[in-house]
Amino acid sequence: MERSVIIAGFGGQGVILAGKILAQAGMEHGLEVTWLPSYGPEMRGGTANCTVVLSDAPVGSPIVDAPTDLIAMNLPSLDKFEPIVLPDGTIVANKSLIDRPVQRSDVHAHFVDVHPLAEQAGSARAINMVALGAYVKATGIVPIDVVKRAMADMLTAGGKEKFIAMNEKALDAGYNAI
Amino acid sequence: MEERKLMRGNEVIAEAAIRAGCQCYFAYPITPQAELLEHMAKNMPRLGRTFVQAESELGAINMVYGAAAAGVRAMTSSSSPGISLKQEGISYIAGANLPAVIVNMMRGGPGLGDIAPAQGDYFQATKGGGHGDYHMIVLAPSTVPEAGELTMLAFDLADKYRTPVMILADGMLGQMMEPVALPDPIDPASLPKKEWALTGAKGRDPNIILSFDLDPEVLKRMNLELQRKYHDIEQNELRYEEYQTDDADIVIAAYGTVARIAKTVVRMARADGIKLGLFRPITLWPFPYDKLRTVADRVDTILTVEMSAGQMWEDVRLAVAERAHTPFYGEMGGVVTTPNKILSEVKKYAG
Repeated sequence: MERSVIIAGFGGQGVILAGKILAQAGMEHGLEVTWLPSYGPEMRGGTANCTVVLSDAPVGSPIVDAPTDLIAMNLPSLDKFEPIVLPDGTIVANKSLIDRPVQRSDVHAHFVDVHPLAEQAGSARAINMVALGAYVKATGIVPIDVVKRAMADMLTAGGKEKFIAMNEKALDAGYNAI
Repeated sequence: MEERKLMRGNEVIAEAAIRAGCQCYFAYPITPQAELLEHMAKNMPRLGRTFVQAESELGAINMVYGAAAAGVRAMTSSSSPGISLKQEGISYIAGANLPAVIVNMMRGGPGLGDIAPAQGDYFQATKGGGHGDYHMIVLAPSTVPEAGELTMLAFDLADKYRTPVMILADGMLGQMMEPVALPDPIDPASLPKKEWALTGAKGRDPNIILSFDLDPEVLKRMNLELQRKYHDIEQNELRYEEYQTDDADIVIAAYGTVARIAKTVVRMARADGIKLGLFRPITLWPFPYDKLRTVADRVDTILTVEMSAGQMWEDVRLAVAERAHTPFYGEMGGVVTTPNKILSEVKKYAG
């Protein structure tokens, strides 16, 4: 089993953190993982993305030109990465910002209205957790409880415990939206 | 061993250096190795050790020279343009027979280049870079855990041979995260005493550490001593990995990040019925010429893949000596190669 996901969006949408939490969850679930950020000039404004590979064997390439999955938080990300997703792959797309359908018929596409769901969970900034919750449900790659624990571990390490409950709600909202 | 922790390559190298007993770290900031410096800034003072953000790369490498002469484990780190600035100091450290660890998280060049991953500093690292007949041991990790292991090894080899050792990696390895279980810290007091160090000559004859003698005959003897040491290193310290080379028709020669990308390509190619293997030098100097030659005797093609215009390729051709075809595929300027790009190159030579 090996899955690879590109998580892409605008800077500020939390795609880098969502990838880290997924990688942490994969590790806590006993998988081999790599997390690779785009660290070029695009990080300084504009679009951002990261690639997470989760595998039950040691990971070879951390860079992926044919991912099994995509989380697209904005239209430029869907435009850029939709064509390279492997057949039978999963695309989770941000319905709040993307006004076109997925053109591929050989992938599993899920549109999630992340903005209202994040706001209901307590903060518009939690759109990344809504999308991650949806992705975890759509792929079954790791149990949602492990993702919640990984998120809590990361926020605790960063001294941000007070946001754990809100982010749990956001993960659940995304999970239940699929 | 601790539990696995998700860590960046840069952080792992810094933390491994601390656990290897690095007492002094001097550096000047540069992308893409900033997290290494940050980890040292956070942790070295807390441990009562020395962290100095130097006024320049030249300052940093010469502080390493001084600390190494005083007998403590010392390290500096930078990325390509910054490493160019350190070359004079590295030559002095090699000439003075001092142990030191230098980390180069390579980025696109030449000149100011860019901040994306590249492997364009192979020549500089393995063929000198500074002036004079010297070498340093060059270790090329291809995963984040291996970056930690090789950093700890680098300090041991530096002390064992009294020589500078370079960790040569690229920005991708520095920036990416992977689970790592770091070994427990060593006890610096347990390390062998450095009788040659400049520790104050009260009650003993003075030690002298120099890379200088105006008498050519004396300097020649110093050079011969260095060459004997390099011969020992070549005999004892070769490190490499072979992956599915036993039945291979084609073997990729690659190091560092590119080698791990190539591992994925080996699996993809074999799923397509192409018998592909990988030869990965871990020590770039000394280079495993003889080992690669025995591989070349068994296969048709050794395809060198680098993020450069073809630097390690020269050593590959020297090793293979026309026993097999030796094509090359490279990317430059911070453009990162990918599994499918390499696979399409492999297919040119298959069957």
